[in-house]
Formats: sequence, C-alpha cells, structure tokens
Amino acid sequence: MPQKDVLPMKAKPATKPAPAATAPVKSITGSEAVIRSLIAEGVETIFGYPGGAIMPIYDALYDFQDQVHHILVRHEQGATHAAQGYARASGKVGVVFATSGPGATNLVTGLADAHMDSTPMVCITGQVAAHLLGTDAFQETDVIGITMPITKWNIQVTRAEDIPGAIAKAFYIARNGRPGPVLVDITKNAQVATMDFEYKKCEYIRSYQPLPELKQEEVEAAAALINSAKKPYILCGHGVLIADAQQELIALAEKAQIPIASTLLGLSAVPVDHPLYVGYLGMHGNYGPNIKTNECDVLIAVGMRFDDRITGDVNTYARQAKVVHIEIDKAEINKIIKADAAIHADAKAALQALLPKIKEQRNDEWLQGFKEADKMEEEKVTRRELYPEEGQLKMAEVIRVISEKTGGHAILVTDVGQHQMIASRYYRFQDPNTNITSGGMGTMGFALPAAMGAKVGTPEKEVVAIIGDGCFQMTLQELGTIYQSEIGVKIVILNNNFLGMVRQWQQLFFDKRYSSTEMINPDFVQIAKGFFVPGRKVTDRAEISAAVDEMLNTKGAYLLEVVVEKEDNVFPMVPAGAPIANIRLE
Amino acid sequence: MQKEYTVTVYTEDRIGITNRITVIFTRRGINITSLTTAETEIPGVYKFIITVLSEREKLEKVVGQIEKLIEIHRAFVHEEDEVVYQELALYKISTKSLHNGNIEQLIRDNHARILTITADYFVIEKTGHQQELIAMLKKLEPYGLIEYSKSGRVAIVKWSRRFHDHLKELAAKEADNFKAVSH
Repeated sequence: MPQKDVLPMKAKPATKPAPAATAPVKSITGSEAVIRSLIAEGVETIFGYPGGAIMPIYDALYDFQDQVHHILVRHEQGATHAAQGYARASGKVGVVFATSGPGATNLVTGLADAHMDSTPMVCITGQVAAHLLGTDAFQETDVIGITMPITKWNIQVTRAEDIPGAIAKAFYIARNGRPGPVLVDITKNAQVATMDFEYKKCEYIRSYQPLPELKQEEVEAAAALINSAKKPYILCGHGVLIADAQQELIALAEKAQIPIASTLLGLSAVPVDHPLYVGYLGMHGNYGPNIKTNECDVLIAVGMRFDDRITGDVNTYARQAKVVHIEIDKAEINKIIKADAAIHADAKAALQALLPKIKEQRNDEWLQGFKEADKMEEEKVTRRELYPEEGQLKMAEVIRVISEKTGGHAILVTDVGQHQMIASRYYRFQDPNTNITSGGMGTMGFALPAAMGAKVGTPEKEVVAIIGDGCFQMTLQELGTIYQSEIGVKIVILNNNFLGMVRQWQQLFFDKRYSSTEMINPDFVQIAKGFFVPGRKVTDRAEISAAVDEMLNTKGAYLLEVVVEKEDNVFPMVPAGAPIANIRLE
Repeated sequence: MQKEYTVTVYTEDRIGITNRITVIFTRRGINITSLTTAETEIPGVYKFIITVLSEREKLEKVVGQIEKLIEIHRAFVHEEDEVVYQELALYKISTKSLHNGNIEQLIRDNHARILTITADYFVIEKTGHQQELIAMLKKLEPYGLIEYSKSGRVAIVKWSRRFHDHLKELAAKEADNFKAVSH
C-alpha cells in the first residue's frame, strides 16, 4: 500500500485534557456542548460528513479527537449504514453527523432502514440559523418533517442551552425499549451561541415506557398453551438478540424439546449446529421450517413481527396453531397475526419468567419431521448448491467455503438480493450478533458501509461483507473510507452480471423478459486497486479455496470478486403473497 | 364495514405532534373528517379528538401505532355509542333579513342563540350533532347567509371512570428534562 498523505484525524494531538469533558463547565459554545454530551453518553466513534451548517460542530470536534474518533465517509448514506453496522455488531448506539439540506436528505434511506430493523442510532444534523427557518435558505430542508415517519423520535434544537437535554433524550430513546433511530437537528445559531454546560443523562420520559411491566397472567396463559402443545414451534426473531435472550430461549427450547427456526434478522441468535435449531424462515428459507408452520399446534413467536416475507398469505398462515407472541412493541401484537396468548415484554424478561413454568417434554416424532423435511431439501436443493462438481461457480459453494474457513465465527454483513438469501441460508453462524443485513427495508448498497461500521465497532472480529455486483455499485465510494481509515473488512462480490433476484422473478413470473436487469460491469479488482485495496478475481472452482485463504490471511481490507453462475436461482421459494404451502423447491 | 369512529389521543405539548399523529392515518389511507385539539385540565397535556370513517380493526392498529409515539400518553378508539359529543356552529346572517319570515321562531325551535348583532349582520350559535347543524344551515340559507363555520367534535367517553385522576397523576410526575421551544 502506498504511503497516504492524509493523516487520520485520530492521529492529531489533543489540545484539551480528557477527564474534564463531561464535567460541568461555564460558557462554552453549543457545538462544544454537542461533543461533550456525546462523550458523556460514551460515544467513541462518529461516522459523518461535514458541510456548511454543521461546521461549528466539526470545529469543536477538532479539540476532542483524542476522545472521539470521527470517520469521514464518502456519502452520508454510507455514514448511516456504517452506524447501523457499528450498532448491530457492538450493541452501542451508532452516531452520525451530517450537514443540512442534501446532507440531511442523504440520511433518509439509512434512517428508514434502522427504523424497520430496530437499530439504535443518533443522527445529528446541522440546520440553517433559526431566523432563516422556513425561508428556503441555502441548504435548508425540513428534515424534521421528512424524517418524522422514519425515526423513533426527532427534535429540532434552536437554542444552545437545549442541546444537552435533547442529546440525552435522543440516546435514551434510541437505545431503550424497541431500539430505533433518532435525529437531532441543531440550528447554526444554537451551535455558535454560548451556554453553561451540565450533563444529566435522561432516565425517564413520562409519556414513554420503554420496558413494559411483565404481567404474570400473560406469562401463565402462555405457559399453559406451551405446556398443552404436542407440536410446539419457536420462531426466533431479532428481538431475541436485542434483548440478549439467546441463552434463555435455548434453555426454554431444550427443556420442552421445542424446535427453533429463525427469521432473517434472528439469524445467529442460536448456533446453527444446535440440535433444536431447524433452520431459516421465509420466502427463501428452509423447506421444513416453512411448511411446519402450518403443522405445529402452538407457535411461539419471540421478538418478531410476522413480516410478509415470513407469512406469505396471512389467511393461510398457521391457521391450525395457537399463537404465543412475546414482543416488546405493543403495536406489533395482533398487527398481522392474532395472538392467543401475548406477552407484552422484553424477550429476556418474558423467557426468564416462562422457563420455570414450562414442563419438560419430549417431541421426538415432531422433531423427526423436521429432519425428514431437511433430507428432502438436501436432496433437491442443498447438496447440489453446496457441492457442485461442474458448471460455473455457485454462490452457495462460495459461502460454504467462507463459512468453513471462518468457522462460522466471522461477522457476516450481507447486502440485498440473491447473495443475501444464499448467505443467510448457508453461512453456519456460531456467535450472536454476527449476522448484519438489511431486512425490513431491503436496502441495496447496505453491506459495504455496514461492514465498515461493524469492523470499527468490533475490531477483534473478522468481518466479511457478501455483496452482489449491483449492490456494490450503489455505495462503492466507501472504499475511500476503508482506505483512509484503514478498516480491515473483507469484501466478497458475488458477480453474476445481473440484478439476480429481480432477474429470478422475471424468469419465474414475467416470462423471462429480462427488463433492465443485465449489468455490464466494470473491473471490480481494478476499482479496488484505485482505492489501494488489494484484490483478486476468481472464475474457477479450483481457485476458490486458495482465494478465500488469501483474503482471510491479508492484513487489512481485501476485495474478492467471484464470478458465479449467471442465471442461478434461489430455492426454495414461496412466491410473494402466496400460501407457504406453495413453497417451490425447484 | 366503514363507520364513523372517534379517536381520542392524549399528548405532550410539542411542536409537530399533530403531524406525527396524522401521518399515521395518512399511511393507511384514512381520511380525517374532523379534528379538535386543546389543552386538557392539566397544563402541558393536550387532547386530540379525531373523527374518521374507517373500520374498527384497522383503527385499533392505528391507535397502537399512535400510542407508540414517544410523546403520546394514551390513544383510544370509540364507537359512536361510546361517546357523548357535541359540535358547534356559527352562522352569520345579514341583519336586513331579520324582516324576512320568523327567524325568532327558528332560533327558539333549534335551541340556538344570537351571539351578537350589528347594523350589517348578526351571528347565531348552535351546538349539536353534525346533521342538526347542517339542518339549521339549510333553514337559515333563505335568510341571506353570509358565512358559516363549524367546529370539530368535543367528546366525553361514556365508560371513562378515572380519566381526570389519571391526568392528575400524570401532572404529578415530572415532565421530561427537555422542553422543546420555538424561537
């Protein structure tokens, strides 16, 4: 790698002493109050991009570089996804800085994504001076209005003295209850005005109860249903990971011998090798987990929201089953699937309360049914996906090799499309919070910046981004960030020269009319080279193992382009809106 | 089946709260037919009374999503027969028309009253349900109606027991440590 002429900001000497940053201090600017407030919230990393209306805050940041590490991204959308990856990998709140106007509107996709996928994030945007609000001033946009439906909360601050309170509330809201993104918009006059700083963490909002009180009668009702079950079935969602309730879920499953299937965002909560883990749910999920939904007698949904990619046609979904729904967000209970026994609570608290009330059971025959379904899927799909002997490379075998060589311990960050479904199906997750993907929004371009954030948040972990050729070209400029901030992510492009998932639908449902899905792609390895990221392109089966070794053995970032079968399809597949029973294996 | 429902929402006093509530109706394509909002007996706590034509199940989900908003205390959906409500209308009529027909009888029969009289116009006030206020409007039209204005709904819930006590309990709790301010 050539010598860089840009020094990372962190390398510059500090001019302010560290210990005083969060102590009360008289007469400082609003901008300095922003930085001190963030430090008081334990923020170590900010992903951002400066511009006119946020310059005073960046100027204040200059004095605190020894305490807060700012990562200069190449596009504000990249900052939001990096903050999401950071939050999902580390469990901390992701923080983003952006300027007003276009800086703020570029946050929209990431905010919406974080909102759908319950990711704690605080975005701070600069805004034109208060006296210019509403006047169509230069780079003024109504970011509060724009982001209202896609944030958990947002606030505009127009006075310096309100800054610490707003930031305290932002962090409290972002990280508590069902987490989500919060935006704090700070006008330029508030950034430059002076105030007396004193930071008080927010611990209470009278109109918001993040942790619902666990109701014993709800636990009793759920326990009774589970104890009455002959074919109980657990669906493990993202809420299990957010509540750090993996152990509680596994303990409950083991006690009553209940099979566990996972949603897309619930992946990695239960190690895939666990004997009760039966697989992955949804449109491209495993065969058994999907069809058994319509055979179980008690469905125990934990921290999930019955997305339409899980249920297919709701009128035919699990009609025979009694439904136990454990969910922290009351608005999700009965929203899609009516619960016969709902526990409105944090997953960990609910599962802890349930465990002693659950009877030991054996469900050998019921569990055997999953194994049989598995066998069928293996014969019809999995084996030839994972171990093809001829033809072009398949996405699944690439994932298998990466899975084997990382032992299933890497953080896998996937983008959106066929490669995402393949990676979710075949990566053998071992550790919690190692699956980072855009679930609810399905945001193409998510993976590269999210992987960056995940690596910054958990530098001790191997972070591998699995990206399609289409997705990569949506946010590839973040290679610049990876170079400048020396972020050691491994980037795998599964290149089929198609927008593969759309093409698959066109093949199956639009009579192979491939409207605008074929891509004539650039040389990805050359592009990486331009950003001083080493890389390699693989087209042959014989090379893949050595290439993955080379990637994993390279210190720092690496890009591996794998040319895969052009018209490969992901099966099984439940056509959109169809009953789960219509699942297709080929 | 679509019916008229009354949705009541108790909120903190915050800039933009109306937008936060209405956008949830917008997402599901529900048209708000009237909206009344004012501070409750507790300073800093507002009550929204919203009427809509919709379905119960849909509205229960809407209310759940409204309650989820950070600055909302509670939200409820009520059937027509669960609330006692009134609306208010003002009718501005040309004073000249006082000589046409028996307007005094009309006012008496409809339990309306005259708020003010000037040389040019007078203003009649009537409270009641929408149909009654519109019926009155029709009757007044021949007298030279200049302007008509009607409020949204003010409602009291029949099954409520301790709403006032709940609000007092809320007032006793410390409001959060940050007040939004306008400039």
